[in-house]
Amino acid sequence: MEQQASSTDQAPGVGDPEHSGSLATYTAGLGFALLLTGASFMVSQTDLLWPPGVPAGLAVLAIAQMGVHLVFFLHIGTGPDNTNNVLALAFGLLVVTLIVSGSLWIMAHLNANMMPASAVMEMQR
Amino acid sequence: MSAQAATAGLAGEEEATPRGQGSDGPAPVRIVVAYGFWIFLLSDIIMFSALFATYAVLSGQTARGPSGHDLFELRHVGIETVCLLFSSYTCGLGVLAIERRRLTFFYVSFALTFALGATFLGLELSEFVGLVARGAGPSRSAFLSAFFSLVGLHGAHVTAGLLWLGFMVAQTAARGPRDFVRRRLLCFSLFWHALDIIWVALLTLVYLMGAR
Amino acid sequence: MLGKLNWHAIPFDQPIPMAAALLVVVTILAVLSLVTWKGWWPYLWREWLTSVDHKRIGVMYVLLALVLLLRGFMDAIMMRSQLAIAAGGAQGYLPPEHYDQIFSAHGTIMIFFMAMPFMVGLMNFVVPLQLGVRDVAFPVLNAISFWLTASGALLVNISLVVGEFARTGWLAYPPLSELQFSPGVGVDYYLWALQISGIGTLLAGINMVTTILKLRAPGMGYMRMPVFCWTALCSSMLIVAAFPVLTATFGMLLLDRYVGMHFFTNDGGGNFMMYINLIWIWGHPEVYILALPAFGIFSEVIATFSGKPLFGYRSMVLATLAICVLSFMVWLHHFFTMGAGADVNAVFGIASMIIAIPTGVKLFNWLFTLYRGRIRFEVPVLWAIGFMVTFAIGGMTGVLQAVPPADFVLHNSLFLVAHFHNVIIGSVVFGAMAGYYYWFPKAFGFTLERRLGVVSFWCWLIGFYLAFMPLYALGLLGMTRRMQHYADLSWQPYLIVAEVGAVIILCGIVATVAQLVVSIRTRESRRDLGGDPWNGRTLEWSTSSPPPAYNFAVLPQVDSLDAFWAMKQRGPRRAAARYESIEVPRNSANGFVTAFFAVVTGFAMIWHIWWLAILGLVCAVLTLLAFGWVERVEQEVSGEQLANDERVRLRPMDPA
Repeated sequence: MEQQASSTDQAPGVGDPEHSGSLATYTAGLGFALLLTGASFMVSQTDLLWPPGVPAGLAVLAIAQMGVHLVFFLHIGTGPDNTNNVLALAFGLLVVTLIVSGSLWIMAHLNANMMPASAVMEMQR
Repeated sequence: MSAQAATAGLAGEEEATPRGQGSDGPAPVRIVVAYGFWIFLLSDIIMFSALFATYAVLSGQTARGPSGHDLFELRHVGIETVCLLFSSYTCGLGVLAIERRRLTFFYVSFALTFALGATFLGLELSEFVGLVARGAGPSRSAFLSAFFSLVGLHGAHVTAGLLWLGFMVAQTAARGPRDFVRRRLLCFSLFWHALDIIWVALLTLVYLMGAR
Repeated sequence: MLGKLNWHAIPFDQPIPMAAALLVVVTILAVLSLVTWKGWWPYLWREWLTSVDHKRIGVMYVLLALVLLLRGFMDAIMMRSQLAIAAGGAQGYLPPEHYDQIFSAHGTIMIFFMAMPFMVGLMNFVVPLQLGVRDVAFPVLNAISFWLTASGALLVNISLVVGEFARTGWLAYPPLSELQFSPGVGVDYYLWALQISGIGTLLAGINMVTTILKLRAPGMGYMRMPVFCWTALCSSMLIVAAFPVLTATFGMLLLDRYVGMHFFTNDGGGNFMMYINLIWIWGHPEVYILALPAFGIFSEVIATFSGKPLFGYRSMVLATLAICVLSFMVWLHHFFTMGAGADVNAVFGIASMIIAIPTGVKLFNWLFTLYRGRIRFEVPVLWAIGFMVTFAIGGMTGVLQAVPPADFVLHNSLFLVAHFHNVIIGSVVFGAMAGYYYWFPKAFGFTLERRLGVVSFWCWLIGFYLAFMPLYALGLLGMTRRMQHYADLSWQPYLIVAEVGAVIILCGIVATVAQLVVSIRTRESRRDLGGDPWNGRTLEWSTSSPPPAYNFAVLPQVDSLDAFWAMKQRGPRRAAARYESIEVPRNSANGFVTAFFAVVTGFAMIWHIWWLAILGLVCAVLTLLAFGWVERVEQEVSGEQLANDERVRLRPMDPA
């Protein structure tokens, strides 16, 4: 395999030691993650949020925490050296979104229009 | 290599080549390996997303059996989460240590990572055993099938991670912090952090939303 | 001790399965004893079975695909013969339970073990050469991928001899494929074979994406990559994104079958529509995983044999990327009729029609490339033109079915069967055959016999139209798919014509085999000494035929699209002034050994031999760990040795 210095590329998970990839980053990441996790537990257990809005609130907190993990632990940044990593991530996220939201939407319609077989079986009991 | 590469084929006119598109020839091994592993992780996340979608669709199908509200204990799950978050932290510190060739610090960090991961796994197993004992096993209802499979798949990944961690510590001890060992440690840390991300989604969708 | 396995698993009492089983066993034994008799084992082991060279692995993929094309085609012609006679009260010669296994095996084999290995093999062989690099990103992983694919193929063929195959159709829809309705081992064969080969395919996709994005010759920016590399990239991205969903879906069905879970069952709150939803999230991108590389092959072939750069390179790249993304947004059109309702159907119907636009862009690009070109009607061009006509028809019947109300008439009829054969044979098989002929001299150093190639093309083309156009008509007449016999005598003439078509395709396949034999016999007279038999445009033609293990002694410097064409315009090539030492990957038995244990594990799981399954899995993991412990996967070739090799290698290529 050919070795050649390349200044325009970076591996995922490799922090630039002067900016990310340091003790301070990991510690900050852990702090944010614990904070967000605590907030999630609180939101789910108390009536701090308007009850119907709790799932949305939890989703927002979860997405924020995933972002924290990506930036502070996996060092996925916005620099030009990270373009390939971010593009791959974006494609992955697009597919995940399509799979989850598409499935939920389709299955909701299918269940509404055609009762699932298991529900039919239940009624026959 | 770079000087020689220009002599290939024809000694041609040197045109300015566009930069920033990875056009300076093959990337170094470390970047290639980490990128390949990054792609693998994305594919793994997509596999999880199929199970997440299935869980979301089937979570209400309890077949007159227990629901998440009846079964989940959030205190238990909270301890699991803290274990996992701290293990991610110590894993990151371990990789920092190996890059700075501080082996003792590396072994301590990875030992902690292993201990925290094993604790997580033990807690998860005890939860599973408790559920089965209460008659809420995976074949009780579609909801429980989806629950056990989704959480169990994450647990299987953690188990594989622990095995890999043990292997890597042994390899570091035997071979020292060489290039290929550090490449693999980097991949391991990516894997371990990615498991955290999946756990965050799992915690929110399965436990926090389910326990309400 | 042996789980469900006993002597009744071998179909002694059924003549047709027994004959097929004997044929397989005798063929395998004959090949093995020939190899042993000739003393080829050391050579095979050293040069092929443990090779991690992307070219060797690519060749083995294509060989696997060709062998399974024969197997899948035998299934096809058996079905056509059955339907040609089973009209009115006649039952034909295949009982329903056997017929059901045949159509399931035909679909499974043709998609997973013919089309996939063919395309992955061509990508494996060509992409690193076109990118001007020495191998793929992870050579050992590449070998593992191939051997896992081969393991799956082996398991499917074992089902001929021991046990049975699935009777559920090629996607094994539950609840039919659940334990309650399919208690035999057929579905388990299907699931384990596809799980094992699916992991192989996924790893191959990861490898290919990494190779294309991270390993390219100096100067080869994204917009200087050959179109085939772009299509390989998009196809591999789709593999990486779609195959995990297949693994998860089959995993859930396996859990249903093995531990009594309730994902897709009728009882316990399961919902089989979720399986159908998930399997098509994989299934639609799969169509483009197969078709995109074929589009890339046609782009290369048409540009080369027209003597022109490809028309609209940028639009071709954009169209490929658009198809890559859009292919994830149309999956519901495979089950319009299953109750989604107007809103959902409308969205997915429109999305399905939109995907025809980038495909249309591609078709026009090829036409404009041909326009005013100096076309040489070599065999690959014939396939390309046959493809353009055939695929346009198949595409139009596809858009027709993208209209939900029309689909309610056409769904699960023979119209659908005709449509997907029309697009898959038209693009994937024609593309694979074009690529096979086009790159054969690069792989082996001699060209294929032209006349038999032409015969093969015309047989395939005429045979295809005779075999499938009647099916469109039959679909509109109301004949559904997967029927073992039928009452309506007016259908029989169409099915007899289809049978004739299948026989003509058989002639085409025979011509392909004959072409290979004749070409090998007369290879001395058809040597490709210059390495550039077609006056090519891309870098694979700049090295010798066959290329050395390291492809390029010095990586080529790229400064435009069609890099090799530009080099040729600037004058004859020169040897490098000085060679530096390079590293090439060492052979590794990792892939072969791991795959062996994968077969053991899969077989043991199918027959519920739990101790053997655990043993096989542990051995497979230990194999991977043991090979992972060994540090050196590369060896060095010194500069002097390289210089010597190059002198020998370049001598015949030098016209002076």
